[in-house]
Amino acid sequence: MPDKPKVAFYWCASCGGCEESIVDLAEDILEVAQAVDIVFWPVAMDFKRKHVEAMPDGSILATMVNGSIRTSEQEEMAHLLRRKSQILIAYGSCAHTGGVPSLANQFSKEQILRTVYEEAPTVVNEQKVRPQPRHPYDGTALTLPEFRGLVRSLDQVVEVDYYLPGCPPTPKLLKQAVLTLLSGQLPPKGTVLAPDTAQCDSCPRKESKPADLKITEFKRPHWTQIDPEKCFLAQGIICMGPATRSGCEAQCIKGNMPCTGCFGPTSRVRDQGAKILSALASSVDAREPEEIEKILGGIPDPVGTFYRYSLAKSLLRAKVTR
Amino acid sequence: MDESIQTVWNEAQTRANEAYTAQRRRITVDPITRLEGHGKIDIFLNEQGEVERAYFQVPELRGFEVFSLGRPAEDMPQITSRICGVCPTAHHMASTKALDDLYHVEPPSPAKKLRELVYNVFMLEDHALHVYVLGGPDFIVGPDAPPEMRNVLGVIQTVGIDIGKRVISTRRRLREFIAYLGGKVVHPVLGLPGGVAKGIAPEDLPQFQQLAKDGLEFALFTLQVFKDVVLKNPAYMDLITSDTYTHRTYYMGLVDEQNRVNFYDGKIRVVSPEGKEYAKFAAQAYLDYIAEHVEPWSYVKFCYLRGVGWKGFTDGVESGIYSVAPLARLNASDGMATPEAQKAYEEFFNTFGHKPVHHTLANHWARVIEMVYAAERINEIINDPEITSQNLRVIPTATPTVGVGVVEAPRGTLFHHYETDEKGILRRVNLIVATQNNSARMAMSVEKAAKGLIRAGEVSEGLLNKVEMAFRAYDPCHACATHSLPGQMPLVLTVYNPRGEVIHQQRR
Repeated sequence: MPDKPKVAFYWCASCGGCEESIVDLAEDILEVAQAVDIVFWPVAMDFKRKHVEAMPDGSILATMVNGSIRTSEQEEMAHLLRRKSQILIAYGSCAHTGGVPSLANQFSKEQILRTVYEEAPTVVNEQKVRPQPRHPYDGTALTLPEFRGLVRSLDQVVEVDYYLPGCPPTPKLLKQAVLTLLSGQLPPKGTVLAPDTAQCDSCPRKESKPADLKITEFKRPHWTQIDPEKCFLAQGIICMGPATRSGCEAQCIKGNMPCTGCFGPTSRVRDQGAKILSALASSVDAREPEEIEKILGGIPDPVGTFYRYSLAKSLLRAKVTR
Repeated sequence: MDESIQTVWNEAQTRANEAYTAQRRRITVDPITRLEGHGKIDIFLNEQGEVERAYFQVPELRGFEVFSLGRPAEDMPQITSRICGVCPTAHHMASTKALDDLYHVEPPSPAKKLRELVYNVFMLEDHALHVYVLGGPDFIVGPDAPPEMRNVLGVIQTVGIDIGKRVISTRRRLREFIAYLGGKVVHPVLGLPGGVAKGIAPEDLPQFQQLAKDGLEFALFTLQVFKDVVLKNPAYMDLITSDTYTHRTYYMGLVDEQNRVNFYDGKIRVVSPEGKEYAKFAAQAYLDYIAEHVEPWSYVKFCYLRGVGWKGFTDGVESGIYSVAPLARLNASDGMATPEAQKAYEEFFNTFGHKPVHHTLANHWARVIEMVYAAERINEIINDPEITSQNLRVIPTATPTVGVGVVEAPRGTLFHHYETDEKGILRRVNLIVATQNNSARMAMSVEKAAKGLIRAGEVSEGLLNKVEMAFRAYDPCHACATHSLPGQMPLVLTVYNPRGEVIHQQRR
């Protein structure tokens, strides 16, 4: 049997949706399994970090890592896999831009632990017991990992070659990425393996987007009857389309809900939230401060709305609580 | 083609097993080599070399209850689905129902039917994943089969490639249907307070009616496979009823007005280890019944019945520990609401001869019965004259206050509880996820397996397998790290002597 290219998958702080997206290759998964040799995939085989450590550096052609980075061992694994892989790919929103879990960067570790273990309405915990990194037992200790105060994207920890965007990426993009890797025709380092155009360009509702958007009110979707044909922004409903990369096949929009930005920005944008802010601010149809204030009051949670998947990668990054 | 896949798989498995064996011979103290979502087991022996305590730890916490604060509540169906990419539809639906309650709004009847339809499609495909890919291989291929066979490819070899392809294609079609209504299958966008964002176009209905028929055929076929492979084999039945996998706990599940199993809506019913009704309550009253206990050695909180109390990791009527998931649902109900599932339900309890059934491994059989129910319910709803109605939403007008939503997730009862200001901005969030309800019982299973297999300091060969089988029956979802193609949960098991020295370590 000739040596097939070696591929590895790994997860960090993730939900399992990226793994599902691989399984959603459905019939195609058999084809992928034939073309490559999967050497490491904890979800699918024995976890064997030592085995990876024993491999020669650079012996894995490509490793796809999903999930954001929060604990020390995730950092270690990221460094280890970087060393062993010729190509490291950040797979999915969490690895790419921090993802939904990076919304936690608005809260301190202490706030999180106190809320979960002491203040939750179901908790009965008079002793204020909390999970401990070390719990002494009989001369030894039970240990738990300690997590960092900050959630990070993969490229904030190690160098990343390519990105597959989305929450999760589509099986179609995954298949294309695998074929690209196998072809040897590699795009420039740092490329996001998806079209480099804005979501609006490939939106099925593109025709109804006015050239000059005039927003007099932001409507929250649950208080609005949504027209299934018309541009969301033209309806006054916030849609991340203008600040988001295309390639998802407009799935949420086909489900009659606005884009929330999971594919991250195009290559021409440094900060996705800032991009949509400037797009929206220039479309607000008001001159007087009170009027502007009133219109912006329709966006109760700018951080959660504009940085839902990208807080870790934003210029803001985190809220410091002292 | 299929042969080469099996070869690739076997090679990978062989390498994995070599690495594993090498590790078995060497006892390493390596307490930090863990993954997020890794289950971690520490077993402590006394002077006689008998098990004193076994700890099952989950080193996982992401803090969704905290970082949701300050968000608009209407975003929660999409934010909380990110708790789990394997069961996003469960979180999405529990959250959407919590929003109905929060905004005091009743969705129109077609919207409710569409939600229940999507939900049952999800239950069917998710259960199918478990039966054929995750937990099922233990049974279909056999618990004594070599590890390189105990995976989905082994299942395909056992039942035949055509069936394997049928499993893959049926799951794909079911998931495409979820995507049709929900936009995406992983993290759908269907739910809004007071309804759904999208309906079924009349011209698309025939293909989904066909899918419903095929889905039912597939579920009934699965039940037959299960019966042929498992029930006709006395060794399997002995394993299922063995003491290691038996715990006499309370059981919880959602039921309709006639106490029949329902996944989408109803009241929460709890029965005692004797099978007597202990409680029946609406989701909004959950705080009166459910409490959580904290241990310093795990990030997962342990649920128990508030009225009975926390008595430690022990079963019986005096202990508040309860269980959820397929077996618990069957135990907590009086029957199924559809004909074929009802037949299977009766056969299930007749076979064991008593109710409730306390055998953890019976979860596998219960899961297949639930597949039949889900498939029958899909057929009922898809053929409902209202199903293509475009009357999909009621816009809420009341001031939001407090909302609680509950559904039966594949892995058990799931609660979402939100409190907001008058603008619908979250001030308090509490989530009880399915696996948490089971965490105490799971910890007991681990301890029992350890006690059964460690004698005088000697650790028997099959310990990790035994423990894993108990785990897989619950299909736990710790950060979803337990969902694996060959159904292997990444685990580290360490045995300590009284001096705190590691005398044995196994890992997966």
